[in-house]
Amino acid sequence: MDALSKKVQEVFDEPACGKNQAKGEKERKKGCTKQLQPGAAAGGCAFDGAKIALQPITDVAHLVHGPIACEGNSWDNRGAKSSDSRLYRTGFTTDINELDVVYGGEKRLFKSVKEILDKYDPPAVFVYQTCVTALIGDDIEAVCKAASEKFGKPIIPINAPGFVGNKNLGNKLAGEALLDHVIGTAEPEYTTPYDINIIGEYNLAGELWQVKPLLDEMGVRILSCISGDAKYQEVAYSHRAKAAMMVCSKAMINIARKMDERYQIPFFEGSFYGITDMNESLRSIAKLLVEKGAPADLLERTEAIIQREEATFWQAMEPYKDRLQGVKVLLITGGVKSWSVVSALQEVGMEIVGTSVKKSTLEDKQKIKELMGEDAHMIDDMTPREMYKMLKDAQAEIMLSGGRSQFIALKAKMPWLDINQERHHAYAGYSGMVKLVQEIDKALTNPIWEQVRRPAPWETNSVPSAEDSGLSKTTTPSALSPEPSVLGGLSPQTSVLGT
Amino acid sequence: MANVTHVKKSCAVNPLKMSQPIGAALAFMGLNNCMPTLHGSQGCTAFGLVLFVRHFKEAVPMQTTAMNEATTIMGGMENVEQAILNIHKRANPAIIGIASTGLTETKGDDVDGYLAAIRKKHPELDELALVYVSTPDYVGAFQDGWAKAVTKIVQELAEPGEKIAGQVNVLAGSNLTPGDIEEIRELVEAFGLKPIILPDLSGSMDGHVPDNFSPTTLGGTTLAELRSTGASEFTIAIGEHMREAAQTLQDKCGVPFQVLESLTGLDANDQLMSLLAQKSGRAAPNKYRRQRSQLVDAMLDAHFYIGGKKIAIGAEPEMLSAIGHLLVGIGAELAAVVTTTHSPLLEKLPAQEVLIGDLEDLELRAQGCDMLITHSHGRQMAERLNIPFLRMGIPMFDRLGAAHQVTVGYRGTRDLIFTVANMFMAAAHEPAPDDWRQPVADGAECGSCASTAAH
Ligand code: SF4
Repeated sequence: MDALSKKVQEVFDEPACGKNQAKGEKERKKGCTKQLQPGAAAGGCAFDGAKIALQPITDVAHLVHGPIACEGNSWDNRGAKSSDSRLYRTGFTTDINELDVVYGGEKRLFKSVKEILDKYDPPAVFVYQTCVTALIGDDIEAVCKAASEKFGKPIIPINAPGFVGNKNLGNKLAGEALLDHVIGTAEPEYTTPYDINIIGEYNLAGELWQVKPLLDEMGVRILSCISGDAKYQEVAYSHRAKAAMMVCSKAMINIARKMDERYQIPFFEGSFYGITDMNESLRSIAKLLVEKGAPADLLERTEAIIQREEATFWQAMEPYKDRLQGVKVLLITGGVKSWSVVSALQEVGMEIVGTSVKKSTLEDKQKIKELMGEDAHMIDDMTPREMYKMLKDAQAEIMLSGGRSQFIALKAKMPWLDINQERHHAYAGYSGMVKLVQEIDKALTNPIWEQVRRPAPWETNSVPSAEDSGLSKTTTPSALSPEPSVLGGLSPQTSVLGT
Repeated sequence: MANVTHVKKSCAVNPLKMSQPIGAALAFMGLNNCMPTLHGSQGCTAFGLVLFVRHFKEAVPMQTTAMNEATTIMGGMENVEQAILNIHKRANPAIIGIASTGLTETKGDDVDGYLAAIRKKHPELDELALVYVSTPDYVGAFQDGWAKAVTKIVQELAEPGEKIAGQVNVLAGSNLTPGDIEEIRELVEAFGLKPIILPDLSGSMDGHVPDNFSPTTLGGTTLAELRSTGASEFTIAIGEHMREAAQTLQDKCGVPFQVLESLTGLDANDQLMSLLAQKSGRAAPNKYRRQRSQLVDAMLDAHFYIGGKKIAIGAEPEMLSAIGHLLVGIGAELAAVVTTTHSPLLEKLPAQEVLIGDLEDLELRAQGCDMLITHSHGRQMAERLNIPFLRMGIPMFDRLGAAHQVTVGYRGTRDLIFTVANMFMAAAHEPAPDDWRQPVADGAECGSCASTAAH
């Protein structure tokens, strides 16, 4: 078994994974990636997952070794924010050509690393393996080792070529790469009893910054966030933290567990979404730190902050509470994080009429059941057509999902809100929850809905229809419809006859 | 005229280029009731999908044969078969367009052979059209994938037939937006001709709001129309990269063709008007005579602002050629030019040098330029260069209306000229008291200059 398949097996074996605990030995070995159905799959690859997990490290050069597809079609498309370096948003790729495929791309990779170091001087280069270069047998670990030695800088191999599995596996393989090559390789200038790691938080839309001020106030220092708005050095000395919080379900559980094993950093699993979860998370951070020897007054300080923040939150909710009471929400998140969003929405009185659990663990599903009742409408694998129907039939009044499925809602002329990677708003912490509610309210009450649902004049009987007017069959629907799209419809177009 | 060079470095930085398979997939999206499918690992499709969704702000049908490490090594026959059967069952399209990827090309999958075997084994698929195109990721670029797909589509689906009077094929290049295609349709129809446009993104990716949800493309060139392209009187290929498809159609079905390099600019549209007039036997409609004179007027008004300006442009050869010739024709200079792939158009560009490279190369050469033109990935460099930035091409993910940007026809050209001139006008420098002061010789600085320098 080569090194990569060993790693994959190891990741599948993750003992701290709730799903695995319920499985037998043999079943566990098979791993958690369901065999993909050709012609009916839509998810990202392992490389994508690895990049999502690590690209938020801002001062590193992220070099993708492969043909143009992997980086050229996807670079600078994610919403992780940086407080400093912009290097992580620069797209680096070896862009291999036909000759490289025949003769191997290792030389080009080595030279690429050198070019990057010469031109951009980053503290480290992360080299991502992809399908084609893995297939032709380019040994990125060896190239990285040679380059590290030659140039005296950490050149880190991220061995998660797309075809080994899905995004989730890629997240974990990325975590393994950090554990093998980065974590524990540097020392912080100083430590405090209040140092924590936050694992699995990517600072999308700047969400980490919605939480950080509260931690600052508690006196807690984020020694390292893996990987949102992180610097390479911070990850390298993260093993000196006193405690850790693992965010976002299971994406990086291997990091949390192994750091506990290796460096005795206890961790808890928490979320920054929703009031209850936020309270819980702050409390758990305080508790773990105190257990590890921080002065106990941290607990009181934390309670005071929670009380104040909760009061402010409910005050901010006043104008919305009645309006959003009983609003029916369809939540499609791919499963990760769904329970924490479910509870968040319920707290302000909304009703979740369905949520996707495709990637959720048993434990997640149990949590959802607790929140939504036994007959919780959990959708394992909803087809777009079914989602569309649910919205069209108004079984749901708004859909919250990732960008890719937004048009299912918009074409059904129903409100939609982006809650995935590329979203523009930050929804973490108390202030983020206020923002989420405001955005939902804004979407629901926008005056366009009534306008865009109104029939066109030729759909009512008083106006001659297309056939009557002698328009040829080849004319496309758009030629008949002066209203270009839902998005274009944002400006009130009242009289189509007038255009 | 231009010296075409390849950049000499190992690492591409800030890619301008996108890969062939997704170019092919977009061409397939211009067919009605079609499911574009990449033969490769699922991630390639996911990236393509996200890219198109963000560009068109539109649901995008795209599938994958979901290859993994093991199936790759064994060969993808079974995955291709399963994918076709699953898509047939779940989405029931009229056409499945399959494009290979780097992975399956490296392995050397014989997809044409697979398809023949699948056809034999599954007579129930007889009605389903299957088109396969070979598009390795490590060769060429987006527009090459598009061109190959269109060539393969006509090769597979066009049927020779008795000529249908007035029917014209329009082979549309990858740089044309749905809005452009809509404009071209109107132009051709105005001469009483009946166009079959291939691929027709104006039907499928124009942002219409259908009454029903469809998992495949809705709108675009129909299968019947595709077959009928062989019975057209004439083919107009828009863009040099459409030449091969036009040639293929001529070889197969005897449809003569003419290539128009672009439909942006006065000259280009004059050619189109003459061609359409000649083919239809009709004079150019009044509407276009008026539009021509509006364009001429726009050029007169705008040349004050565009003349002498230095342009940095990064685009695929077709778009580069169309926009480049237009702007140089109004007095601008193509000072920094980067493109993605080879094309006979490059040498003819009115520029000193054309580099096949990336946005890092463009940024280095763009120092001192007055405007940047490229796709949305230019946003970071535009900020650093601090010059006006005109977004053109795919992807355009940070602006609305990419699908409706029209730059063809007299009217589209006129509007593009206004856009460019307006950007220069908005960025114009306000005269300041010291603008014309001679720089002081070294050592003879006056007090106020010295104190300014110290700030
Ligand atoms: S599936 Fe493989 S080839 Fe495709 S994007 Fe992912 S790593 Fe690249």
